[in-house]
Amino acid sequence: MKAAPFLTAVGAILRKDIQAELRGRELVGAMGVFALLAILIFSFALELDREARSEVISGVLWVTVIFASILGLNRSLAMERDQGNLDALLLAPISRSAVFVGKLIGNFLFTFTIAAVLLPVMTVLYGFSLFAPPLLLTLVLGVAGFTTVGTLLATMTVQTRAREALLPIVMMPIALPILLAAVRASSAIMNDAPPETWQAWMQILAALDAIFITMCFLLFEYVVEE
Amino acid sequence: MPLIETIALTKRYNLTPVLRKLNLTVEKGEFVALLGHNGSGKSTLMRLLCGLSKPTAGVIRVGGWELPKEAAAVRAQIGVVSHKVLLYDTLTAAENLRFFGRLYNLQVDHALIERSLKAVGLARRGDDLVRGFSRGMQQRLSIARALLHQPQVLIFDEPYTGLDQDGAAALDGLLQSAHAQGHTILMATHDLERAAALAERAVILTKGQIGHDAPLAGIDGAALADTYRTVSGIAAGG
Repeated sequence: MKAAPFLTAVGAILRKDIQAELRGRELVGAMGVFALLAILIFSFALELDREARSEVISGVLWVTVIFASILGLNRSLAMERDQGNLDALLLAPISRSAVFVGKLIGNFLFTFTIAAVLLPVMTVLYGFSLFAPPLLLTLVLGVAGFTTVGTLLATMTVQTRAREALLPIVMMPIALPILLAAVRASSAIMNDAPPETWQAWMQILAALDAIFITMCFLLFEYVVEE
Repeated sequence: MPLIETIALTKRYNLTPVLRKLNLTVEKGEFVALLGHNGSGKSTLMRLLCGLSKPTAGVIRVGGWELPKEAAAVRAQIGVVSHKVLLYDTLTAAENLRFFGRLYNLQVDHALIERSLKAVGLARRGDDLVRGFSRGMQQRLSIARALLHQPQVLIFDEPYTGLDQDGAAALDGLLQSAHAQGHTILMATHDLERAAALAERAVILTKGQIGHDAPLAGIDGAALADTYRTVSGIAAGG
């Protein structure tokens, strides 16, 4: 028997995650409700004028996306830990990196779905049009970086008793550069800053993504090893 | 050449030794019961043989391939059933088998799924979610998953945990059937009666070493329990 090719294994894991999510809606459901409640609370709490709102809206968007993402990452990896399924994946004759990439793509898709849904909702609540292609690209890059770090760290913290509390504590300091670049790029786009301003932050964001994706891809094997 | 071979296998967690220079061989087609009290190193040995853990020192060979160097080749030859069922409860029985079939690079067609489910008595439950299954049904499906890629070696780690009498009897039948089909079986258990009834050889681990290794022909559960008490120095099931 030949080992499954890398992409076949990635596709199987991704398909399984989507299939389970479409049936149970455990991840997107919880993340979506949390995200909607969070921006609703922010919109009531920050009764600011238009100019002040334009300063904080990018922070509101990213804080909401990140905490919703942490919620989803915990659930996504808990699904693998319950019933010992992470062991089942590691027992298969596939590359361990394929397990990482499969889980990562799933986590990215679920988090990005929530982020994309937030844009029209925030447009209505905050009176700002958030439908700008560069903002979508920033969301793609920011969510990709954050879920990359999160998938690796959640694989580690899910083995611990205090996993829900531990993930944000270990993840935020590591993902801080991604968050900073994403907030700066989004803020510049929303405030119609000159393109070179947000382009510079997006280049930093893309470089951070490349570094974190490579590092996490290489480290995953050691994270799941005993 | 033995199908499973460990030479001076040592595993330490930090500074605590769990397995100490363990030498074990299992021939092709053998059914070996691995016994020992909690903490004797049974589960650690199982995880090492599956490639889920790396040895501190020593050699592990399965089917001629060496771990951890040739882990993927070893994993392709092993099917594992544990006290955890290693199944996704939000998927149906058939979806679980399809998913694992893809990971093992099998041509997962309807006939293979039907055949696998039929072999474990779940032919009519293929479209049902695993979360609705009893513990016994989940364990039977777990065996179907482990047998899907027709592995040479089947590793059972406490497979009877949580099963009622009917579930345990069904598992007995599946183990006997797998053995009759030529699979080599290594089963860690605390159930000495079952070990004596099903296996051909008993290996008792104590303090990370083999304390007893002998055929079970003509040995019943009571005699095995006596040996167990003498070797491990505690009562059976402890």
